[in-house]
Amino acid sequence: MSNSKFYNAIFAAGITLILACLMIGIKLDNEGAQLAVKGATAEQWGWIGLGIAIVFFSQLFSSQIDAMFGKIPKPNLGAMLPEERKMATLKPWLIAAVVVIMLIWPFMVSRGSVDLATLTLIYIMLGLGLNIVVGLAGLLDLGFVAFYAVGAYTYALLSEYFGLSFWACLPISAGMAALFGFILGFPVLRLRGDYLAIVTLGFGEIIRILLNNWSAVTGGPSGISGIAKPTLFGLEFTRRAKEEGNVPFHEFLGIDYSSSYKVIFLYLIAVLLVLFVIYVINRLMRMPIGRAWEALRDDEIACRSLGLNRTAIKLSAFTLGASTAGFAGSFFAARQGFISPESFIFIESAIILAIVVLGGMGSQVGVILAAIVMTILPELAREFSEYRMLLFGLLMVLMMRWRPEGLVPMKRPHLELKQ
Amino acid sequence: MSELSLYLLQQLINGLTIGSTYALIAIGYTMVYGIIGMINFAHGEIYMIGSYVTFIVIAGLMGMGLVSLPVILIIALVVAVVIASTYGWTVERVAYRPLRGSNRLIPLISAIGMSIFLQNFVVLSQGSRDVALPPQVTGGWNFGDPSVFEVSISYMQLLIWAATLITMIGLTLFISRSRMGRACRACSEDLGMTNLLGIDTNRIIALTFIIGAALAAIAGLLLSLYYGVVNPFVGFIAGLKAFTAAVLGGIGSIPGAMLGGLILGVTEAMTAAFFPSEYKDVVAFSLLVLILLFRPSGLLGKPEVEKV
Repeated sequence: MSNSKFYNAIFAAGITLILACLMIGIKLDNEGAQLAVKGATAEQWGWIGLGIAIVFFSQLFSSQIDAMFGKIPKPNLGAMLPEERKMATLKPWLIAAVVVIMLIWPFMVSRGSVDLATLTLIYIMLGLGLNIVVGLAGLLDLGFVAFYAVGAYTYALLSEYFGLSFWACLPISAGMAALFGFILGFPVLRLRGDYLAIVTLGFGEIIRILLNNWSAVTGGPSGISGIAKPTLFGLEFTRRAKEEGNVPFHEFLGIDYSSSYKVIFLYLIAVLLVLFVIYVINRLMRMPIGRAWEALRDDEIACRSLGLNRTAIKLSAFTLGASTAGFAGSFFAARQGFISPESFIFIESAIILAIVVLGGMGSQVGVILAAIVMTILPELAREFSEYRMLLFGLLMVLMMRWRPEGLVPMKRPHLELKQ
Repeated sequence: MSELSLYLLQQLINGLTIGSTYALIAIGYTMVYGIIGMINFAHGEIYMIGSYVTFIVIAGLMGMGLVSLPVILIIALVVAVVIASTYGWTVERVAYRPLRGSNRLIPLISAIGMSIFLQNFVVLSQGSRDVALPPQVTGGWNFGDPSVFEVSISYMQLLIWAATLITMIGLTLFISRSRMGRACRACSEDLGMTNLLGIDTNRIIALTFIIGAALAAIAGLLLSLYYGVVNPFVGFIAGLKAFTAAVLGGIGSIPGAMLGGLILGVTEAMTAAFFPSEYKDVVAFSLLVLILLFRPSGLLGKPEVEKV
């Protein structure tokens, strides 16, 4: 062990001490009008000491640790799949099996888990939408939740003021979100990617501020409640029909009323929407426009010299991503029956981005898996809920350092020469 | 003078106060962008940490019975600058350096992760509620006709102007006269060439993060004393504003960041004079989009040339 290593470790430990001593070691507290400080408890100091020791020793033995970690294979769930040719025959069966399971499954489990599954499906939709923007087109969108909010409020307002049904509002919400995406993307997409990140970040905030303050229309911080639920060809899922002449679902079929019908119905709509989104994106990816997104992400200058219009291509990806969020938003509003600006804060954007990054940018299967993990894990580990965002942030840094292509890297059909 | 013009003068004074602190934060963005061509997303959080350290030191020293305000402020300044610089350096070391040379999106995402991490780290360690400090620098200087409208400049505002001016002069001298400053300028001209000429560019990049963080900490000290309140989420909006200021002045240009900060501060104060104050954030953001639309290189920036 060389001397420089030792100094390095001392230095790292010292830095950790500076980082931790004031921010963790001393806590500010208001006592009446005066500000007072409280020292940390002995236990907290113990944790700080432990952290410093970990940093010290990991720096001291960094080469040994690196060597040890080098031996652990990096997780590549994509490689566990069977080969491509086998995959081609298996794939339709696999998809059919998954769809059938998704359709039968809700009738066998509790209401709570179906509800959680519906929430997961919303995140899958959002993840898939952001995946077009970030994963395929390589545009960093930090205000994705704004389009989600636009979709949700479009449905809520149209249903409240004009009495439009969910099914009529679904395309309108998507179109509205797409319009916002178009207007926002137009000035910004001509510029370098970092500007887009900040502008979308600002846009997300602005939408929230507007929703909060434009009380006359949006209801301000108290939001909009009593949003109409979706109906099945006019059949409602309430105990009694809300409108004159309507028949509730259970009376129509002549069965007893159960509140879980509504939950299962919402779940099935979500499944339908997700399948629709997956289908559309899959088609688009194989079309020239989809190829152009990826080409532009990989080498912008080459694409331009081949005659691709970069603004139009980026704008199409951005708008499509936004419209998917609008889609998810209007479903979200219908499911909750109540929306307020609280549901559309920056943290939501960060969670959706974390889903895309964890799953593997561009990879649909990865994004779906990541969305499932990211919504179900917090439910399982409720006692750690305050650490959730901290871990998301850490996860994003670690993923970028360790495995930027995600857990299930995107795979294209390709031929390889055998050596 | 009429009431309106005196009122506008008052708003101008308030705007220049806020604007000069925006300028301080904006310099951090602009310097980092000038050298590595990337936005330091965690910069707003560094400012927030600077504010917290200021409060901790002031409350701690007063709790220990120290009464001399200048001494307290100087100690708070030194501690805030040291700790915030350490955070700035760590951000560079953890989120940027290992990823240098990879796809542009990758360091950007890791920096956002860093920003989320730091924000929630402070939420967990200090609590998410507002922390308030009673005003320390009190008093002021009034003029104008008391029967029409009295314009006031508080000593705190004068302190902010003086501190910003001294910092800016110091920074300009450092960049234009010192060896390190020359190395910084060389790096922003051509990073690869500077490296070939035997300058440790990693060190210079770390230095720009440290300088940016130190300026953000000074801004954090001044603004937290001015407002008297801090919470873990102040860094988000402040970072957004300062970035707007940097783009307005031309990102990469230090005088541009100073100018942009002042313009943004005054614009906001003028908006707040006529509209509900919630909308001043909307104005700042709309300004950003308008600049990007009509003059993406900013007021004092050089147009960007793309090279293969």
